[in-house]
Amino acid sequence: MNDKYIYISILLMAVVTYLIRVIPLLVLRKPIKNKFFRSFLYYAPYVTLAVLTFPSILYSTGSFASALAGTIVAIVASFFKLGLPVTAAAGCITALLFQLFL
Amino acid sequence: MKRNIESFRKGLIDGIPIALGYFAVSFTLGIRGGDVGLKWYQSALMSATNYTSAGQAAALSILEEGGSYIELIISTLVINLRYLLMSAALTIKLSPKEKTGTRMLMGIGVTDEIFGISVAQNTPISPLYNIGAMSVACPGWVLGTALGGIMGEILPPIVTSSLSIALYAMFLAIIIPPARENKVVAVLVLLSALLSFLFTKISFLSGISTGMKVIILTVALSALAAYFFPIEEDNNLEEEVE
Repeated sequence: MNDKYIYISILLMAVVTYLIRVIPLLVLRKPIKNKFFRSFLYYAPYVTLAVLTFPSILYSTGSFASALAGTIVAIVASFFKLGLPVTAAAGCITALLFQLFL
Repeated sequence: MKRNIESFRKGLIDGIPIALGYFAVSFTLGIRGGDVGLKWYQSALMSATNYTSAGQAAALSILEEGGSYIELIISTLVINLRYLLMSAALTIKLSPKEKTGTRMLMGIGVTDEIFGISVAQNTPISPLYNIGAMSVACPGWVLGTALGGIMGEILPPIVTSSLSIALYAMFLAIIIPPARENKVVAVLVLLSALLSFLFTKISFLSGISTGMKVIILTVALSALAAYFFPIEEDNNLEEEVE
């Protein structure tokens, strides 16, 4: 991957993200009330994160078996609301143990 | 003046737990950046200019496939559109007298967490509170990314390959707890995962890039959910973790 592609990409992302954040602060004087739009934005992150996670998580480590084991442990940990760092650590350690010993 | 200093100080303190959380999430983004082929300082630069975990994760997948700039722009727009809502909610809580420069500075740090703590303040919100929180939380985000990237470059492959699952595990920790509370979210998450999986398996869909897949599924499924199950209250936005 060449550097020019990376830096242009970062710049484009930064501009788009910043404009989304700053335009309402500069021009809006009343809240966005549209119920459909609000609901859409409420649901959107869940869809995005689920799509990004599956199936990529199953191919994220060195082997499918270790990734599957890490995924199952992470699902259980997040189901019991153990928090982000604990869930991540549990998934990583499981994947590492699988790769070391199996 | 005294109120300003007090607001800034309060922001600094409230920013500390956010910085710690950011550090953990952005560490995994740094690892992921390394997997994709970014140097640690390139990942850190992306973090320093964006402050959006889902947006950056999607961008890394797009970069990995050598996706187009248009795809990157649309994906970033769709994923980060919710910040529009947050900024709109924030701007009405500011004094109309706040200057353009102050507003532009605040705009850098409109993240789920900083939005969450700032709307909990008395109105009118002091921008110094946000700026205080940002000045602790944002370095946490950048340092975490840098350290993740550096670790990815120096640790043995078996360790980095194990760490690569961390970002996705974090995402699970974000989406699964609300899915337990809200049936619509639960069905939406399952459906999203299933369709995302099918996109990679069905031959005429498997040519679609990750970025396009994120765009299509996010727009289509969120629109359907919003149409059939509109939400009543607006305080839900504050609970999300980014």
